[in-house]
Amino acid sequence: MMMGQMHTRMKLATLAALAAAMALFAPVGAAAQDPAVSAPAMMAAPAPGVAASAPAPDGAAPAPAVAEAASTYTPMAPTKGKGMPTSFQDDPLKSITFQDQYSDNGEYALWMHNVILMPVITVISLLVLGLLLYVVARFNRKANPVASRTTHNTMIEVVWTIVPVIILVIIAVPSITLLARQYETPPADAVTIKATGYQWYWGYTYPDHGEIEVISNMLSDEEALKRGEPGQLAVDNRMVVPAGVPLRIQTTGSDVIHAFAVPSLWFKMDAVPGRLNEKMLTIKEPGVYYGQCSELCGARHAYMPIAIEALPPAEFAAWVKAQGGSMPGQDGAEVGVEAAAAPAAAPAAAR
Amino acid sequence: MATTAEGFDIHQDHGHGAETHADHKPGFFVRWFMSTNHKDIGTMYLIFAVIAGIVGGAISGIMRVELAEPGIQYLQWWAQFMGGGNDMNTALHMWNVFITAHGLIMVFFMVMPAMIGGFGNWFVPLMIGAPDMAFPRMNNVSFWLTVAGFFSLLFSLFVPGGSGPGAGTGWTVYAPLSTSGSVGPAVDFAIFSLHLAGAGSILGATNFITTIFNMRAPGMTLHKMPLFVWSMLVTAFLLLLALPVLAAAITMLLTDRNFGTTFFDAAGGGDPVLYQHLFWFFGHPEVYIMILPGFGMISQIVATFSKKPVFGYLGMAYAMVAIGVVGFIVWAHHMYTSGLDVNTKMYFTAATMVIAVPTGVKIFSWIATMWGGSLSFKSPMVWSLGFIFLFTVGGVTGVVLANGGIDDNLHDTYYVVAHFHYVLSMGAVFSLFAGFYYWFPKMSGRMHSELLSHIHFWTFFVGVNVIFFPQHFLGMQGMPRRYPDYPEAFTFWHEISTYGYYIMAGSMIFFFVNIGYALVAGRKAGANPWGEGATTLEWTLSSPPPYHQFETLPVITDSNDYHDHRPVTA
Repeated sequence: MMMGQMHTRMKLATLAALAAAMALFAPVGAAAQDPAVSAPAMMAAPAPGVAASAPAPDGAAPAPAVAEAASTYTPMAPTKGKGMPTSFQDDPLKSITFQDQYSDNGEYALWMHNVILMPVITVISLLVLGLLLYVVARFNRKANPVASRTTHNTMIEVVWTIVPVIILVIIAVPSITLLARQYETPPADAVTIKATGYQWYWGYTYPDHGEIEVISNMLSDEEALKRGEPGQLAVDNRMVVPAGVPLRIQTTGSDVIHAFAVPSLWFKMDAVPGRLNEKMLTIKEPGVYYGQCSELCGARHAYMPIAIEALPPAEFAAWVKAQGGSMPGQDGAEVGVEAAAAPAAAPAAAR
Repeated sequence: MATTAEGFDIHQDHGHGAETHADHKPGFFVRWFMSTNHKDIGTMYLIFAVIAGIVGGAISGIMRVELAEPGIQYLQWWAQFMGGGNDMNTALHMWNVFITAHGLIMVFFMVMPAMIGGFGNWFVPLMIGAPDMAFPRMNNVSFWLTVAGFFSLLFSLFVPGGSGPGAGTGWTVYAPLSTSGSVGPAVDFAIFSLHLAGAGSILGATNFITTIFNMRAPGMTLHKMPLFVWSMLVTAFLLLLALPVLAAAITMLLTDRNFGTTFFDAAGGGDPVLYQHLFWFFGHPEVYIMILPGFGMISQIVATFSKKPVFGYLGMAYAMVAIGVVGFIVWAHHMYTSGLDVNTKMYFTAATMVIAVPTGVKIFSWIATMWGGSLSFKSPMVWSLGFIFLFTVGGVTGVVLANGGIDDNLHDTYYVVAHFHYVLSMGAVFSLFAGFYYWFPKMSGRMHSELLSHIHFWTFFVGVNVIFFPQHFLGMQGMPRRYPDYPEAFTFWHEISTYGYYIMAGSMIFFFVNIGYALVAGRKAGANPWGEGATTLEWTLSSPPPYHQFETLPVITDSNDYHDHRPVTA
C-alpha cells in the first residue's frame, strides 16, 4: 500500500517537475532563439532578391561585365582565423574551442553549446569533484572512525533521478530545434552543388549551372605556403559558391565512404556510395572556409581537404561563366526569372 | 583399484597424503592447457589481457609519437619494418593499420578478457558461493578461442591488406572500405579474429548466465547478490544479444569480399549504411559491456573501503539493467552524419540522453555510499575515486555528443576520441586497476606495495589527463580522427598530448615493478586483508583460495542482505 502511494506520488512529482521545467524553459528558449530567428529573417530577405535579381542583369546587359569578371577571377585570399583552425600560439583561447561560425545554424549550435551545454557539464563535473573532495575530507577514517549504516534515503534518490531528467529536458528543447533547422528543405531556387568523394580528392558538380565539374586536389605544403594558404587545407580548385544564398549540398561517394565536413559552417555529411545525401547550407558572408574528409577512406584519408570559397552572387555568376557554365534561366534570354526555379530538384527529395 | 573411471581422473593422487583434496592441483600441462578451473582460467585471461594491453598500448605510443608534430616522421620506417613497400601510400596505410589494431586489441583482447574473462571468472563463482562455473570445459574453450582470435589479428598485420600489409579499416570495419576498398587477405583475417573472439564471448556469456541463475549458494536470492555479480549478469545478457548481430554483419562482409554477394554494395542492391546499423547495434551495447563490470567492481570497492553497505542497492542493480536495456536502442547516435532523416535523429538524440539518468544514479549512489562512511584510502579506493570523477567527465561530454545537431560538428573529430577515452581508457581502465589492486592479494596470496600503487595512480592520473583533455580542444577546433598528419594549427595540443603519453607509459613501470615485488617479496595476505568492510564471500576463503572451494556450500543469511535495514553482523 505504502509503495503504491509512493509510486503515484513520485509519478505526479515527476510530471509536475517536467511540466514546470518545460514551462520555465519555454520562454527562455524562445527568447534565446530570437536573435537567431531574426538573423535568418534578415538573411532570408535579401537572399531571394539576390537569387532573383542575379539573372536579371545577365539577361539585360550580360556580356561585357561578366566576361571581364570572368577573365579576372582569382582565388580569394583566406583570412587568418576565419574558416580555419587557430593555433595556440596565435590565440590560446580560440585554440581550445569551436571555430567562429559563418552560418545561422552554426551560430545557433555554437550558442547552444556555449550557453547551455558547456555550463551544464562544467557544473556537473565540478559538483561531482566537489562532493568527492568533501567526502574525502569529512569522512576519512580519522575524521569519522565509525561508519553510519545508512543505505537508503528515498527522497534523495528521487531527487537525483528527477533533477537530471529536468536538465536533459532543458537540453532537449534547443537540441530538437537545432535539428529541425538543420533539416529545413532548401527552397526551389537554392543553388545545387553535388560533392563527390573519390579516393582521395573531391569533385564538385553544379547540375543547374551547365554541369560544371570542379576537381579539387590538395596542394603541397610548399605550394600552399606560396599562395598564402594553410598547408593540408588548401586545394588547387575550390568549391565556389554564392554567399548569402541557400545552397543545396548533395554528397555521394564514388568508391568508399567519405565525409564532407566544414567546421566553421557546422556542416558534416557522409558521402556514401549509392546514396545521395542532401542538406541546406547558407553561408552568411564571403570568405574561404576549409574542411577535411571526416570518414576513414583509406591511405590518403588525411590528404583530401575541402575548401569552399563563398563569393557575392554577382561574382559567383562571373565565376560560373569563367568555368564555361551558365546561370539557371540564362540560356533562353526571354525565359527570365520564372524558369530559374524550374530546373531545381524536387525539394521533397531532401529526406 | 584401477577402475575405468580412475583412468581418466586427472586428479590422481600421487601419495601426497598431507595435501587436502580441495587443494590438489594437476600437472602443468593439464592444469594450464586443459584447464577446467575457473580461477586458473581467470588467471590466464588476466595474463593474456596484460600482454594484449602491452601490445595495444605500444601501438598507441607509436601513434602518439608520430602525431607529436605535423608531417610523416616514422610511418615509412614502420611500413618497411612490417614488410611493406617504401612508398608514401604504404606508410599512410600503416597508420590505418595501427588505429585498427589499437582499437580491436584494446576492446576485444584487453578490456573484455580482463573484466569478463579475468575478474568475472575469478570472482563470480566465489561471490555466489559456487564451486566453479556451470560449464568448466566450455570456459576453457572460451579462453582459447580468444587467444586464437588474437593470433588471427596479429597474423593479419603481416599479409597484404590493400595499400600495404595489415587491415586498415578502423575497428568499425565499415563497408565498402572493408570490402571492395581493401584487397588482400588481411581484412579477412581481422574479420575472422572478431568471429573467434566473438564466439568465445558468446560461450562465456552463456556460462555466466547459467552459473549465476543456477549455482548461487542457498539463501542468496538475486537481490542479495553482490553488485559485481549483477554487473556480470547484465553484461552477459548484452553479450548474448549483441554479438550474434556482429557475427552476422561481419559474415556478410566476408561473403561480400569473397563470394560475390552484395549485402553492402549499392551497385548490387545492397547498402553500406546497413552495415553501420548492424555494427552499431552490436557496437553500442559493446561499450556498456566494457564498462558495466567496472561499475560492479567500483561498487564493491567503494563499499569495502567506506566500511558501509552500498547505498541504494536495488537502485544500483536496476540502474545497470536500465543501462543495458536502453543501450540497445541508441545505436544510431554513432551515425548522425550518415544521412539519417530528421525524425530518426531526434529520436536517437532523446533516447541517448536518457542513459545519463541511470548513470547519474550510479555516480551519486557511490558518493552516497561514502557519505557518512569511514574511508580508508587504500590503492583500490584511490583508483575508484579517480574512476568516479573521470568517468563523470567522460559522461558529460557524452551528453554533448548525444545532441545530433551538435554532433554535426564534432562527429569523427578528436572530441569523440577524447570522450570515449575518458570513459574507457580512464573509466574502464581505472576500474580494472582498482579491481586488480583489490583482488590481487586474494588471487596471489601476496600483498602489493601500497606506496608503488599510489605512485602508479597519481602518475597515471596525470598522464592520461594530459593525453586526453587537450584532445577536446583539438576536436572542437575541427581536428578529424584517424589522421596521421594535420595542419600546423593543431600542433601545440598534439604535442602536449604526446607528452602525456610519456607520463602514462612511465607510470606503468610502477605497476609492473609492483607485481614483481609482490610476487617475490610481498607480505603474505590473510583471508581478508581489507577489514570489516569486505563482506562478500571471497573474503571468507584463504588467499589464494583453495583449488576447489565451497565443497560445503555456504549458507547466506540476512547479514549478507545489502538493501535491508537489518544490522550487518558479518
